[in-house]
Amino acid sequence: MMGKKTVIPFGPQHPVLPEPIHLDLVLEDETVVEAIPSIGYIHRGLEKLVEKKDYQQYTYVAERICGICSFMHGMGYCMSIESIMGVQVPERAEFLRTIWAELSRIHSHMLWLGLLADALGFESLFMHSWRLREQILDIFEETTGGRVIFSVCDIGGVRKDIGSEMLKKIGSILDGFEKEYSEITKVFLNDSSVILRTQGLGVLSKQAAFELGAVGPMARASGIDIDMRKSGYAAYGKLKIDPILETAGDCYARTSVRIREVFQSIDLIRQCIALIPEGDIKVKVVGNPNGEYFTRLEQPRGEVLYYVKANGTKFLDRIRVRTPTFANIPALLETLKGCQLADVPVLILTIDPCISCTER
Amino acid sequence: MLQQTINTISPGELLAYALRLKNSNYRLVAISSTKVENGIEMSYSFDSGEDFVNLRIIAEPGDEIESISSIYPYSFLYENEIKELFGVNITGINPDYKDKLYRISVKTPFNMKEGDK
Repeated sequence: MMGKKTVIPFGPQHPVLPEPIHLDLVLEDETVVEAIPSIGYIHRGLEKLVEKKDYQQYTYVAERICGICSFMHGMGYCMSIESIMGVQVPERAEFLRTIWAELSRIHSHMLWLGLLADALGFESLFMHSWRLREQILDIFEETTGGRVIFSVCDIGGVRKDIGSEMLKKIGSILDGFEKEYSEITKVFLNDSSVILRTQGLGVLSKQAAFELGAVGPMARASGIDIDMRKSGYAAYGKLKIDPILETAGDCYARTSVRIREVFQSIDLIRQCIALIPEGDIKVKVVGNPNGEYFTRLEQPRGEVLYYVKANGTKFLDRIRVRTPTFANIPALLETLKGCQLADVPVLILTIDPCISCTER
Repeated sequence: MLQQTINTISPGELLAYALRLKNSNYRLVAISSTKVENGIEMSYSFDSGEDFVNLRIIAEPGDEIESISSIYPYSFLYENEIKELFGVNITGINPDYKDKLYRISVKTPFNMKEGDK
């Protein structure tokens, strides 16, 4: 017999949500039968702003799409303009971009691990995760001058170099980080209370993940081998990279993928430090872009797409950003069906939602 | 880097092309829209892992564009977004949020005429 249906508004303000998404949860007793999203709470119209800022100025706007993937948004936008204008970025700049991008992935995953621990009520684990994350933010500060917005990526390359001494220092910081990080991953993967709250919850099969267009760790946790870094943009074509895959497709598998991806990022940065060539970090870009291009890269939450259309003037016709969280919403809505109300916060958190990206 | 191609088709051909791509295991990456002189230019981006294809249609004022959510179920989110932000009349979206996805105060903000509020 069907129970009485109740609609509960979840968010935009909710203790477990780091950012404000709104879902109307349709419940039968304690079971979710449907989730209806609305995503305009912090819509800022940043894509529209391209009509007011010229294509050089928009680099700064692109970085402000998100405070977590700030560097990668700037990088994706610059790559789009460079592709339209046929600009060849110096090889050293490609390696520097890759180092900052992978450090951003570590910082993002550490932030997420802390939030997961917090959502589970595991406060000491939350503090350890964020304490370790500080080491990565310190590297950002020392190499770029900023901890959130770096403003180092520019059309034609990067604005700042990382000297050989600093590269060695980054390697040594990561050695210590890796050791401490290994310790806390044991808790995330083996603690019985974490396992009880995540294993078997929000299962997304490989077929469902494909049919629902999931990307990033959400897709890889369901066994889908999809990682845009394999396409070889920036310096990734010169690095050895194997996507991290799990098959269970539940919250635990998504946690495991992100945990292992931090080790993978450390390895990629070490490869970059070993291979980075000497040389220029930027080429001068003159003129205005004319044409269109689709750029895709792998952010911490998955594949992001930038579509840029230019008309030969300094103002672009269009920039469109399809963020990974936006792509993962259909899969989230599907996995929420049938779960218990008490599990909703953890389930939402395991897609690692970034709402400021999504609402732009 | 993958090659990217843009195939311009008529709105009436969209479903047939989308079905062909679905049957060849392409996933829908995104639907992007741009306001152009004669309407809204819509680009449907698909990826097979080895190939990146874009289907391009122009939705002229008064045109009805059929939803591809019967072929790619997750297209509903893109289509609801485009309907709300650009005002394209996309029919048969499943589910159709009826302009309640963004809940913004300005109607079709990406398709406004000079002087519109």
